[in-house]
Amino acid sequence: MYRAALSALLSHWWRHPLQLGSLLLGLALATALWSGVQAINGQARQSYDQAARMLGQDRLEQLVPKDGQRFSQDVYIALRQAGWLVSPVIEGAWQQGDVRVRLIGIDPVTAPSDVAPDGVTGAGDLRPFITPPGQGFAAPDTISMLRGVTGLPPLSPSEGLAPGVVLMDIGIAQTLLGVPGEISRLVVVPEQPFRQAPLESVAPLLTKSAPGGQADIARLTDSFHLNLTAFGFLSFAVGLFIVHSAIGLAFEQRRPMLRTLRAVGVPLNVLTVLLAGEVVLFALVAGLVGMGLGYLIAATLLPDVAATLSGLYGADVPGSLSLRPSWWIGGMAIAVLGAAVAAGQSLWRLRRLPLLAPAQPRAWARASARGLRRQVFLAAALAVLALAVAIWGRGLVAGFVLLGAMLMAAALALPAILALLLGGAERVSKGALALWFWADTRQQLPGLSLALMALMLALAANVGVGTMVASFRLTFTGWLDQRLASELYVNAQDEAEAARLRSFLEPRADAVLPIWSVSAPVQGAPGTIYGIADHATYRENWPLLSHAPGVWDAVAAGQAALVNEQLSRRAGLSNGDMLRLPDGTEMTIAGVYSDYGNPQGQVIIAVDELTAMFPDVPRLRHAVRIAPEKAPDLTRALIEEFGLSPDNVRDQAAIKSFSLGVFEQTFTVTAALNVLTMGVAGFAMLTSLLTLSTMRLPQLAPVWALGLTRARLARLELFRALMLAGLTMCAALPVGLLLAWALLSVVNVAAFGWQLPMHTFPADWLRLGLLALLAGGLAALWPAVRLARTSPTDLLKVFAHER
Amino acid sequence: MLLSVQGVAKAFASGGAHVRVFSDVSFDLGAGETVALTGESGSGKSTLLHICAGLDASDSGRIMLCEQDIAGLSDGDRAQLRRDKVGLVFQQFNLIPSLSVMANLSFQARLAGREDQDWTRALADRLGLSALLSRYPEQLSGGQQQRVAIGRALAARPPLLLADEPTGNLDETTGDGVMDLLQELVAETGAGLLMVTHSERLAGRLQRRLHLSGGGLV
Amino acid sequence: MNVKVLFIWVLLSGPAFAQGFAGLGTEASGFARPERGQVLSFPKDHGAHPDYRIEWWYLTANLKGEDGRDYGVQWTLFRSALAPDAGQGWAAPQIWMGHAGLTTPDRHFVAERLARGGVGQAGVTAAPFRAWVDDWQMAGATLDDLRLTANGTDFAYDLGLKADGPLVLQGDGGYSVKSASGQASFYYSQPFYTVDGVLDLPDGPVRVSGNAWLDREWSSQPLDETQRGWDWVSLHLEGGVRMMGFQLRQTDGGAYTSGTWIMPDGTAEPFGDGVLTMTPLKTAKVNGRDVPVQWRVELPGRGVDVTLGALNNAAWMDTLFPYWEGPVGISGSHTGHGYLEMTGYD
Repeated sequence: MYRAALSALLSHWWRHPLQLGSLLLGLALATALWSGVQAINGQARQSYDQAARMLGQDRLEQLVPKDGQRFSQDVYIALRQAGWLVSPVIEGAWQQGDVRVRLIGIDPVTAPSDVAPDGVTGAGDLRPFITPPGQGFAAPDTISMLRGVTGLPPLSPSEGLAPGVVLMDIGIAQTLLGVPGEISRLVVVPEQPFRQAPLESVAPLLTKSAPGGQADIARLTDSFHLNLTAFGFLSFAVGLFIVHSAIGLAFEQRRPMLRTLRAVGVPLNVLTVLLAGEVVLFALVAGLVGMGLGYLIAATLLPDVAATLSGLYGADVPGSLSLRPSWWIGGMAIAVLGAAVAAGQSLWRLRRLPLLAPAQPRAWARASARGLRRQVFLAAALAVLALAVAIWGRGLVAGFVLLGAMLMAAALALPAILALLLGGAERVSKGALALWFWADTRQQLPGLSLALMALMLALAANVGVGTMVASFRLTFTGWLDQRLASELYVNAQDEAEAARLRSFLEPRADAVLPIWSVSAPVQGAPGTIYGIADHATYRENWPLLSHAPGVWDAVAAGQAALVNEQLSRRAGLSNGDMLRLPDGTEMTIAGVYSDYGNPQGQVIIAVDELTAMFPDVPRLRHAVRIAPEKAPDLTRALIEEFGLSPDNVRDQAAIKSFSLGVFEQTFTVTAALNVLTMGVAGFAMLTSLLTLSTMRLPQLAPVWALGLTRARLARLELFRALMLAGLTMCAALPVGLLLAWALLSVVNVAAFGWQLPMHTFPADWLRLGLLALLAGGLAALWPAVRLARTSPTDLLKVFAHER
Repeated sequence: MLLSVQGVAKAFASGGAHVRVFSDVSFDLGAGETVALTGESGSGKSTLLHICAGLDASDSGRIMLCEQDIAGLSDGDRAQLRRDKVGLVFQQFNLIPSLSVMANLSFQARLAGREDQDWTRALADRLGLSALLSRYPEQLSGGQQQRVAIGRALAARPPLLLADEPTGNLDETTGDGVMDLLQELVAETGAGLLMVTHSERLAGRLQRRLHLSGGGLV
Repeated sequence: MNVKVLFIWVLLSGPAFAQGFAGLGTEASGFARPERGQVLSFPKDHGAHPDYRIEWWYLTANLKGEDGRDYGVQWTLFRSALAPDAGQGWAAPQIWMGHAGLTTPDRHFVAERLARGGVGQAGVTAAPFRAWVDDWQMAGATLDDLRLTANGTDFAYDLGLKADGPLVLQGDGGYSVKSASGQASFYYSQPFYTVDGVLDLPDGPVRVSGNAWLDREWSSQPLDETQRGWDWVSLHLEGGVRMMGFQLRQTDGGAYTSGTWIMPDGTAEPFGDGVLTMTPLKTAKVNGRDVPVQWRVELPGRGVDVTLGALNNAAWMDTLFPYWEGPVGISGSHTGHGYLEMTGYD
């Protein structure tokens, strides 16, 4: 019985391969976008975890310097001699040409057992590890990245190490980093002895840091990944619209068959199980295809994501993908779950389908009218939720709830709005044909509404994200012009060269401005402190968002500090508040400046204050003011006469283009996901129209019989699709702008710590509107052509079958 | 007794009102007996047929099909009874559009697990469908479709055939041809036949006639 | 990185662990070798000899508490060179290992410290004398007046040591032969310490006093490749006589024995292979191994025929290279107390 009934059910799909295709493809696309984003996020998180697990940071306490600077290893010896079982670690960036890695030096003799990743304990012995040239361990990817790079010890592969990290002995690392006798932090061995001197008396500059306290990267990048997840989810939702509509249509088309099956003796439960099994089967097939596509998407996007993460957050994520079983299971689960959600309504209807319901060609439409009312209520509820979150919500999650509720409310309300518009048109239309056209369009709405909702979501997301990115670009470019006011930026290799450089530039330039900084914790989070000279460059150009009177004089006098917007928002500090600096002194905040693209807090103080506070601050980077036309000559002089490496002289334009490059990269992935979502929505439209067109002959045949040519009917069908797409675009526009506002004023502030002014770009909307028309038109074209080519006999059959 | 209907009543709820269709309907149908059920439109003759098939439930009364009271059966058991004991022919053919003629013919027999290919082919031959076996329902004329439906109903050799206006969708000539075949095959297989029709002429071709009027059999 | 694994790299550069206890039986190319006739000079030789592969400062003390109980204390600093060449700072190829033991009749406490040479975490200076690793140290103006500290997770001690006798050169003027094929080390002792101090135990501090014995030894290959381990004793006998004795057990079942008879005034008489006999009388299961905890020691020329019994059978040093080291009581022809060390019981 099962086989016979199943073969009857499945035979439907072989007779309607297009429907089957759209169901499978819709589900595959939904799974692909979702699992692709998950693969990217998973890869990145794995890297963060690896970095956090390194040297047992996730489970061992550490002693870290209060000022965030390196400290002498004498402190380490003093602690050991005071009974503290600690092991030293040195960390730092090492660069050769364009290749940059993080060196981590450890002392294998005092390090607690099992702190280093597997593989490091493999072969060799201690002597080559600790005596020059030493031995390095790195992830295989890092080793291939370092091929051809000289200056590092011989490298051995270790899978457990985070990307971009080279692990070696502390002595070797100190030498390579040029910081002999210095260490970054101390790992505390779990078992400490009986007698121990208090930490404050031995190393007053160090403080205990709880396990896992170093995983800042994961926190910083959370917003980025939430962003990706939100887009993945949006695409998934759009894909589910397709699946839902395909399954719903298939159910409608098979309604008589289901009835016949039951009449000839297939029990309802068997039928339910078979239909559910069918859905699961499709979900598995489509899920597998989707996982493959998702892998492709992730593998294509990952290099951009990795570049963004390293450019924006300094987080190292490998550019290649490694897949975990959890990803596969998760992806297949989401495919099955999605299919179940999409099929749930149909299965529920099957259970309630009366065995002997009279033939009801418009039953579905009537049921949908009830659905429409429910949908409007749901939309209203979601809109209220969005409003409430907008008023009272705080933080990133609230921001995304706002976005989600807003988008869903708009999408759910769309069919009702369209029905209202079409009903109005119907009332005011004069001719019989026009009346029929509007009425018929309205009747088609239930069948098309899912596709139109998908299109609306994609369009609104496109408008919103496009507006956000473009607003950001405009603001960012203007900000760069202010921020990068100097003509040249030069970098010295060491202090001696820097001193010579300053005296070389003194007579040749209008001004040489130090750009000296230290990385130090500010208000309890990692940050940077800059020292600046008192110069017109800053007074005239610096992008201050707000400031106290006489701000620059106060800063120059060492009485006040400037903070960036991120720090101001995060720590709730504004002008006139006191800022606590790492050395314990406090300074008044005299101004807040915008600092886009930087996830960390930043402080600006007078350069003399900085050097007093941190005597060892590297004095290597400088900005040079000179008449713009003289800049190329000075650059040449710096390279040829002074002998500065060309890598260490950059003009304003080069830095600007580099900054813009980083900026553009940040949104590459967003843009790619946007395009994919749009494609999925266009596809939803196509499949809906195609499936509808096969059901529409009974509605079209009478009109044909009453004297309209097939070509004219086809043109009307095409026009209908274009009109619906156009109306959807009109409805999407305000939603998109609301979305842009939420992204700029809520999500950006929560995720990155900066607020951006919103700009509007009507030309972009026009382009997008045309794109929507194109998508709708292309989707309608094929069904229209098919209609125009339908043979009169087929149309006549309608009458024969319908009595 | 093949089918025994005793004191069956049925009413519909319509706009809050309780509309009685018929009540206290009783009749018997023996093996091999052919009975016509006539009545005006809305007299409930189709409903009565559906109740006999277990497709619809009566409000009261007893229906014994092959010595089994179908009132107390679950949906699954009723479905099994239909698979095994009943052939159904509808006015609107109700073929499965995505299955070929051959697959439609053998469908119920396969469901019941009693497929007899020789018999199915013989049936197809008798019904004049041999040349059409690989076609799909939409490619057939109405008369051809109804012949497929009759074949499907008889392929499992059920003891009882229930037909609801089997020629209602067909012109007179075609309808008569279909009717001839139906009667011949019923006679050959020894099945009992209960056929709903509004045609006096067709009713007259069967052994016995029940007329439903004014909410009861007359 | 697993320190244990590293240490196995360090000391096992030879083909297999079978090469004698702690890899001490392996080849020593490039390192200095002890030569007979070389005169030791003090205080210089109290310090480290980095051109030799292995060296130790080894102190054991038999103590009696104010509570009347017997205690034993061990404090050892090992130096192991990974290479004969001298590197500076972190590049110095010297690894230091500290062992501290404290034995009571019913408990045995162990602590271990590891350190790199070259950065000041561990080392030895000759004058003023200071041997240290982390917060553990044995230090004083001279070797005759020392303060000894160690600190573990569940115990600590702080003892004052005063020598009331001279240094004793073992073997031939400090040249101590360790096998028939001529393996040797430089070896001298200070067996005349009196001790006064405090043991910090989980139950509270205990004031103690007693005797201690310091051994100094350095070499590059003290074991023959056929030797599997050793049994070593230092005994304080009734009447002020001290005796050192050891046997190096061979793979063929035989042993190479040696020892020194030390008069109360410090006059030392070494005796060569075969004079001393050491016979295990009773073994105990310690950390899953069968370890002799009662010995018969005979030195017929001096009328010595004594039985040594462990104060606590469980004096197992569960360190990177595990061994047994604990205080013993002496009965038989002589009475007294001493320390027993046994290695290579795997």
